[in-house]
Amino acid sequence: MSSLPSSPQLTPSILAEQHGLSSEEYQKILSLLGREPNREEIGVFSVMWSEHCSYKNSRLELKKFPTTGKKVLVKAGEENAGVIDIGEGWAVAFKIESHNHPSAVEPFQGAATGVGGIIRDIFTMGARPIFLLNSLRFGPIEGDSLRARDNRQLFSGVVAGIAHYGNSIGVPTIGGEVYFDPSYNGNPLVNAFCLGVLKHEQIARGAAQGIGNPIFYVGAETGRDGLAGAAFASRELTEESKADRPAVQVGDPFREKLLLEACLELLASGCVAGIQDMGAAGLTCSTCETASRGGTGVEIDLDLVPKRSSDLTSYELLLSESQERMLVIVHRGEEATLQRIFEKWELPYALIGRVTDDGKMRVKRGEDLVVDIPARALADEAPLYQREAAIWKAPVPLDLTTVAECDPMIVLHQLLVHPSIASKQWVWRQYDHTVQTGTVVPPGSDAAVFYVREANKFLAATSDCNALYCSLDPYEGAKIAVAEAARNLACSGAVPIGATDNLNFGNPHKPESFYQLRAAVEGISEGCRAFDIPVTGGNVSLYNESQLASIDPTPTVALVGLIEKREQITTQFFKEPGDLIYLLGELGSELGGSHYLLTAHGRKEGLPPHVDFEYEKAIQKQLLSLIRAGLVRSAHDCSEGGIAVALAEACFGDSKKAEVQLLGACIDLGKKGVRSDVALFNESQSRIIFSTKAQQVEQVEQELQASGLPFSRLGSVTKETMLSIQLDEKEYSWSTAVLHHSWFTAIPHIMQS
Amino acid sequence: MHCAVLQFPGSNGDIDALGALRSFQNVTAELVWHQEKSLESFDFILLPGGFSYGDYLRCGAIARFSPIMHAVQKAAASGTLILGICNGFQILCEAGLLPGTLIRNRNLLFRCEERLVRVETSDSPFTKKISSGSLLHLPIAHGEGCYFAREETLQELHDKDQILLRYATSKGEITKAANPNGSCKNIAGICNLERNIFGLMPHPERACEELLGSTDGRIIFESILDHVHSGARSSL
Repeated sequence: MSSLPSSPQLTPSILAEQHGLSSEEYQKILSLLGREPNREEIGVFSVMWSEHCSYKNSRLELKKFPTTGKKVLVKAGEENAGVIDIGEGWAVAFKIESHNHPSAVEPFQGAATGVGGIIRDIFTMGARPIFLLNSLRFGPIEGDSLRARDNRQLFSGVVAGIAHYGNSIGVPTIGGEVYFDPSYNGNPLVNAFCLGVLKHEQIARGAAQGIGNPIFYVGAETGRDGLAGAAFASRELTEESKADRPAVQVGDPFREKLLLEACLELLASGCVAGIQDMGAAGLTCSTCETASRGGTGVEIDLDLVPKRSSDLTSYELLLSESQERMLVIVHRGEEATLQRIFEKWELPYALIGRVTDDGKMRVKRGEDLVVDIPARALADEAPLYQREAAIWKAPVPLDLTTVAECDPMIVLHQLLVHPSIASKQWVWRQYDHTVQTGTVVPPGSDAAVFYVREANKFLAATSDCNALYCSLDPYEGAKIAVAEAARNLACSGAVPIGATDNLNFGNPHKPESFYQLRAAVEGISEGCRAFDIPVTGGNVSLYNESQLASIDPTPTVALVGLIEKREQITTQFFKEPGDLIYLLGELGSELGGSHYLLTAHGRKEGLPPHVDFEYEKAIQKQLLSLIRAGLVRSAHDCSEGGIAVALAEACFGDSKKAEVQLLGACIDLGKKGVRSDVALFNESQSRIIFSTKAQQVEQVEQELQASGLPFSRLGSVTKETMLSIQLDEKEYSWSTAVLHHSWFTAIPHIMQS
Repeated sequence: MHCAVLQFPGSNGDIDALGALRSFQNVTAELVWHQEKSLESFDFILLPGGFSYGDYLRCGAIARFSPIMHAVQKAAASGTLILGICNGFQILCEAGLLPGTLIRNRNLLFRCEERLVRVETSDSPFTKKISSGSLLHLPIAHGEGCYFAREETLQELHDKDQILLRYATSKGEITKAANPNGSCKNIAGICNLERNIFGLMPHPERACEELLGSTDGRIIFESILDHVHSGARSSL
């Protein structure tokens, strides 16, 4: 055993406290070990029992998710990512993960390594990563305040970081979402999603199998970067967090590209018994998790680990989060295969240990024993907490008489230039979204669509979360996140096959935050059950706090769907003058939590819209049935900004083309006897705008009438580039060229200021 | 036509290029690893997009020293057709096979979008089937695609008809607004004096099927194919 800290005052219990372990946790460590831990062991426990690695504050809640289904090949929590069958022997592995804290202190590298980490999670499963999405949240970027300037810097840094990593490694970023709200001041959210494709028989496991099998360290050398990053991510951000910059890793996408190709080649060779990426908690996490999964033990020697500098201490080697590293266990006798492949790709590799039969994670430094802990205790026996949840205070319903009816002519402009609604082209044109020649629908429509050439399948993917709704009612907000994501898939012609979620919340010790977490998990669970979508995994990010308060609860839901046939791929853009425009669903009336209320009145209040899953499912099913019958030319869901924003966006033309092709729409909402702001900007759920060829009207209406669902023919697509909406004998008319210009240039203008 | 698609360790457009080439009749194509030393059996050599060796230095600055580049130099001298796309264009410039260089986009941001390019001349093996003045819809995806050269070089490129593609508006005008990266003279692609080496920043291999939004890239490959099959050799 290495000796205990030399300073006489620094007892193990004080050291444990400094590492963020509670006295209760320290007692548990004493009883697990039957002795006092040394400094390295305390470090190991502190990262493995951090929220980031152990989910100790959230695991009891996460058990509520539906995780099974006929198509689930690898379940949530079993491995680095879940795997879903897509037919004909093919499968997809996908997952979303946060890199919020690192991005807050170092946006470029924080976001870049977030992308690197999630890509590693996917190819660790044996899958070739084929696309990325990301879900981002920042504080407001408009204006001259120091805060706004900071937020702009975070925003541009994060986007550049994602671009740097994804573009270089050659995995297209094809979608995602970006929202801005003061609750994210100083604590941006960066959630990266990756999907990979593989054959069923290629699924790789992160288990240390086969007693005596050699354990290899492959990939980049270990340095001091990202030291104890997992523990860092499990604390609140403070002014002093900037001093934690060493806890942010530095990414090298070129190394990762080599690692990706080498690992896929290695897996294809059949010599791998187990493989695990070194992500959070690096060498520590990968060794004890593989041993725990394999029901085995591992013994490694830190002297053999490739290092960037020879003076790295054992403590540093164990807790470093240097990027682009993997742990690979190969079958005995196959060492030469690994050597040949890693020499071809010119990557460091080293035999660092063996799989043992005693269930221990044993780490040596030469002759010295540094760590000796039961692997299972570290990986699976972290304490679980049921935190105190606040008693729910329902939001006060909105009193419409307190809301002045603003002029819709002005409001539509205000909404379209709000950075959360404005075109995100400034963001995604920085991402290579055309590499790998599979992107059929790029960012900018309801969901992205990707053609998986090798499997001859069309996948759709989207990520969604209206955190404004969640801040008012986390349960309803989370339900809507699922419903809206599914609706976005339906609008692209897809049926959902799996979900992954990223739960971004404040400090779980705050009863209100814990309530939000619990309610959101219940909302997502209910939604996924209703749509019969298994949750295949995800990530929890707690302690998202800035100087003032917790962030708005942000349970991001990413859904993956399958489109049966190429002809069924649908986008949100109107196609041709003369096509008829329909609303599937009611006109709606809910203004609570709307972006209208936020932008025109500066109010974040009221009850968020309600979603009824049976009705929502019927609407989506109906749309899909029309799409499959070849009757739908475009489909767009009504979300932030209501029907007016949805109609305007549908006129803006395919964002994929070099030339903007604007269209107009002539709409009659009839005599509704409602306020114009309610009619145009309400955010009631379960509403879809779609267009159809004039010759097919009868067929469409027959089908809709037979369904018994509410629908209305709103008008037609026009060549004239005007959006005209008739309501209660008043006509509101906008030039779509002017609207498009405002919407398209809003973010570039802000970023140039 | 037998094609080589070079594979540097950080290439990421290699598989796309291979797929695009194989979608043509009478074409065989294979990947050639950067450590290889010969390219003698090939009719056509393609240097794909990507980040050859990470490109943390100037793009392509390290790739020019890779073993395969000796074979590329040799093939170039013997008149074999060579196409460099994006990173491939950067490498050809760094290797001295094409004049000028590619520097950081003027607005410092990576740009990925569909762009219009005007074909400036039909007088090259790469554009022989396209009438001069035609517009092609091609995707771009680069952070360092601003073509830069000395005034004399630019003049010479113009005089010798070596500018094959320029960024243009939908009306075919060469304007500042049509230029996505600040390239001198809106240059998107050039060939060498002998006209057997072509480098361009846009990605024709990503525009070879309707599904992806444009098939305008095909005509470049068709020109190459036509040239090779007709047995013509560029004048050396």
